Amino acid sequence: MNALKIEGLGIRLGGKQILSGVSFTMPRGKVVGLIGPNGAGKSTAIKCILGLIPCTDGTVDVGDTNVAEMPPRVRAKTLAYVPQGAPVHWPLTAERTVALGRVPHLTPWQTLGAVDEMAIKEAMQKTDCWIFRDRLVTTLSGGERARVLLARTLAVGADFILADEPIAALDPMHQLQVMDILKAEAASGTGVLVVMHDLGLAMRTCDQLILLHDTNVLATGAPSEVLTDQNLKIAFGVEVSRWQDGNILHMSPMRVVS
Amino acid sequence: MTAIFKNKPWALNIILFALLVVAALMSGMFGQVNLSPAEFILALAGDGNEGLSIIVRELRLPRILIGVLAGATLGYTGAALQGLLRNPLADPGVIGVSASAGLGAVIAIYLGLAAVSAFAIPLMAMAGSLAATLILMTLAARDSSVLTLILAGIGISSLATAGISLVMNFAASPMSLQDMVLWMLGSLENRTFDDLLLAGPFILIGWASMIGVGQGLNALSLGSDTAHSLGINIKYLRWRVVLGTALSVGATVSVCGAVGFVGLVVPHIVRAFIGYEPRALLLPSAIAGAVLLTLADILTRLPIGHGQLRLGVVMAIIGAPLFIHIIFKTRESMR
Repeated sequence: MNALKIEGLGIRLGGKQILSGVSFTMPRGKVVGLIGPNGAGKSTAIKCILGLIPCTDGTVDVGDTNVAEMPPRVRAKTLAYVPQGAPVHWPLTAERTVALGRVPHLTPWQTLGAVDEMAIKEAMQKTDCWIFRDRLVTTLSGGERARVLLARTLAVGADFILADEPIAALDPMHQLQVMDILKAEAASGTGVLVVMHDLGLAMRTCDQLILLHDTNVLATGAPSEVLTDQNLKIAFGVEVSRWQDGNILHMSPMRVVS
Repeated sequence: MTAIFKNKPWALNIILFALLVVAALMSGMFGQVNLSPAEFILALAGDGNEGLSIIVRELRLPRILIGVLAGATLGYTGAALQGLLRNPLADPGVIGVSASAGLGAVIAIYLGLAAVSAFAIPLMAMAGSLAATLILMTLAARDSSVLTLILAGIGISSLATAGISLVMNFAASPMSLQDMVLWMLGSLENRTFDDLLLAGPFILIGWASMIGVGQGLNALSLGSDTAHSLGINIKYLRWRVVLGTALSVGATVSVCGAVGFVGLVVPHIVRAFIGYEPRALLLPSAIAGAVLLTLADILTRLPIGHGQLRLGVVMAIIGAPLFIHIIFKTRESMR
């Protein structure tokens, strides 16, 4: 299976270098966490990979194919996106919202077929929102809405999912639920890149981490290799406390390093 | 509010189309000479009374056809622009094309060109709308934000309105001023096949440019970043809708004057039956726009108006209260 390869990604926006020489590989079947302090360029990196912002340097490839050169619909079927705090501009029903994930599979004249309906139902069942499929998204709670938008992304059936802070606005139960869904997607062969801020949760749930700091990749690899005291001090300027609960390692930021 | 046709848009389209046929038939029957349906069809076919035949074929038929094309254009572009700009208050007027076409027409009247050729007013109106489109494209071409497009449209619209005021200010005679005002109020009276031949091609090219934009408009419901990630080329989509609107609405305004509210109100009416999905709104909005404009045109011929009632006025009088009613009914779900 082809991995998503990011090589030497660099971008300048308004005269400021946001990213430079960012390289990492995202295998399929794994949850990769993209972490880093505010302003480290996590969202920009995702937007660059998707082609939303043209990158100044570097390449993004899936296998031997350059993502920038893919026809838009092919790219859309390869990389699915969960934007940060995405708007829904019209009061569509949950099901019609999820159905938008099938747009890359349809020509301008096509309407949803049996395969599409199946994909929509499956995505909504995975995210536990099939029961309120007929409700308007505008009437849903934050957690329900986030699940609908995640289902919308899953409905694409893409090889890779790039999720920009999908759990930032959710309560603990929904945070765990969304991470479980992403892990299940990875287990079925999808490559998942997820931007997150909760370092403890990232350590427990991600297979690999990429730590961005000062426009570049500071560390990458297994969570225990990335989340060292040294790296956390450099990137976030915090000291952490670590403890063990059964077999599970936990950590939590404790104080600011002066 | 329950959208009863949400899962069967074709049923709504069939009903609206049937309504359109009835409205068109009625439009052919009513006027200074009232005809029965049988008389109308007979006259249309050229059988029977020759005088009636001339009235129906040379006066009423082009009037019906222009009304249908204009109504469909305004309804479709209203729905498309609301989808593109993700704003339920958008209508063809927001990109400044209507006001600019008005400016062109008013200048033609001011210069007395209408006396030179019957085509002077529509041609100048179309020139006005094309000029507005070129300015819009220059202003908003590089920027990809919707806000720039709306602001540029508002700017152009205000400029054109200022120009109209200026021209009216210097109108040579009260007669000329009256002509300008009447033109601005919109009408389908005394339109001929020549008008249809003049405006028709531009309207059709405009439609062609906008065909198949529904999928992209649907995707835009989730914002332009998500739409891009779903494989939609936003820039291409935007120019197709803007250029299509400019051409078709510019041509529409050139033959029937400024007729407001169709583009604004029709998509809202259709939403009540079919829901908010932008793509599903397009075709029914076009047909419903044609129905609404045809019915409004029939009202202008009713005896209560003494034949003086203008189409734009009727549309505004129907449209504005309807709009307020819809806002009150839908404010729950738009929250």
